[in-house]
Amino acid sequence: MLKLENVQSGYGNILAVRGISLEISEGEIITLIGANGAGKSTTLMTISGVVRCRAGKISLNDEEIQDLDTDAIVKRGVCQVPEGRHIFPQLTVRENLDMGAFLRKDTKQIKQDIDYVFSLFPILAERRNQDGGTLSGGEQQMLAMSRALMARPQLLLLDEPSMGLAPLIIKQIFEIIKKINEENNTTIFLVEQNANQALQIAHRGYVIENGKISLTGSAQSLLQNTAVQKAYLGI
Amino acid sequence: MDYFIELFFSGLSRGAIYALIALGYTMVYGIIGLINFAHGEIYMIGAFTSFTVATILTILGLPLLAIIVLTGIAAVVWSASYGYTIEKIAYKPLRHAPRLSALISAIGMSMFLQNYVLLAQTSDFLPFPTLIPDFAFMEPIAHIVGSTDLVILITTTVSMIFLMVLIKYTRIGKAMRATAQDRTMAMLVGINVNRVISATFVIGSSMAAIGGLLIASHIGQINFYIGFLAGIKAFTAAVLGGIGSIPGAVLGSVVLGLTESFATGYVSSDYEDVFAFSLLVLILIFKPSGLLGKADTQKV
Repeated sequence: MLKLENVQSGYGNILAVRGISLEISEGEIITLIGANGAGKSTTLMTISGVVRCRAGKISLNDEEIQDLDTDAIVKRGVCQVPEGRHIFPQLTVRENLDMGAFLRKDTKQIKQDIDYVFSLFPILAERRNQDGGTLSGGEQQMLAMSRALMARPQLLLLDEPSMGLAPLIIKQIFEIIKKINEENNTTIFLVEQNANQALQIAHRGYVIENGKISLTGSAQSLLQNTAVQKAYLGI
Repeated sequence: MDYFIELFFSGLSRGAIYALIALGYTMVYGIIGLINFAHGEIYMIGAFTSFTVATILTILGLPLLAIIVLTGIAAVVWSASYGYTIEKIAYKPLRHAPRLSALISAIGMSMFLQNYVLLAQTSDFLPFPTLIPDFAFMEPIAHIVGSTDLVILITTTVSMIFLMVLIKYTRIGKAMRATAQDRTMAMLVGINVNRVISATFVIGSSMAAIGGLLIASHIGQINFYIGFLAGIKAFTAAVLGGIGSIPGAVLGSVVLGLTESFATGYVSSDYEDVFAFSLLVLILIFKPSGLLGKADTQKV
């Protein structure tokens, strides 16, 4: 579905992603794990077209998308929940969800989808008229994911959904990720520092170091890999 | 008492004009964090367009109402196309440059437009045709509230309501609010941010054009320099109310207009600007982010 070939990108004079190649098939959950500054978020931002791809190719369903604008990429079904959640602070929960469906015009199904995300996260239904900025970190993460779902993505890019959250909430979020993947066949590209949690639900994984893929394999094999255990699982 | 009310209404209509211009400053600032110093010139161009169109139509002998409507439309369209073009030429190429570059570009654009109008038109004051007649029903109170003041207040109020509905309920309005709050995220939900920025310039310029038309027919003369002075005042009003905040721009403008009017009426017109800017300094000492401005805090 999504294929990156030798992708390079970065900010100013700094090249954060130095030639990454990876591939995701439809319906898969894959995870990209790595340390701070390894280039994980930049990879996602490059796929979304927020950061320009300087070299290499990104193709979505065999169509090259690396030169498209972000809104055109979103239109093709690639949605991102960025690191730090990025809730619109002065829009209500409901308005935030509406923004997620910005490119859709099927009012009826939008309403259904709102009910669907409220069933996934009942707390959001309670807070629907509250400003997004007043929610707690966990609630904001739930809202950010719900907002992305409102676009009915083919491919969902999640950037550190566990960051700064309590263990119980992390568990809940990961369960929902799995559920979204299973129920809607949504392909998921999960970027995490919480390697253990990520590898538990992913089918395959990639390890990124200094802007390059250093290791790849099934989630099981990575969990058992001694180098990964040492560097990212703290075992 | 009559004198007080007279000053009050003239201050209010003065504030209304400031508000029409200040909204453009505050909206652009809210979306791209830039003080568009060329905005006052947009207002001046609105006044000049009005002058040209109104004069031609008057010579052609059209009915007054038709003249007003057609002049208004022409001013709005012409100023909006200037606003759109200015953004594309002077600001868009600097979108990712340091803020100071865009600011310098804005000042340059302002000087360019002033001198362009100076060369293309004239440096003299041009007499503006009287578009707003003295209404008969206003006769009994004409010594305290002029017909022009009334028209200014009504036009401004209608424009503000229009703007509020646009921002609150329409698709482009929602996109504007989202872009102002978080540009990256706005892109990630599929908003074409460039289009939103263009729309902001077009809307702000249209409001300024209406202001230009109103003030020109109120004062009765225009020249190439009126944009600079009005721009500085409207910018002051926007800062006073809290730059980036739309209700703030309106409130700041009214406060500024009233202050100037009362200062002129009770002290001396020589002190008008002294009072206006003293007020700005005072308010910024106690409320650095302006009357309705939000303090810059962010939850992480």
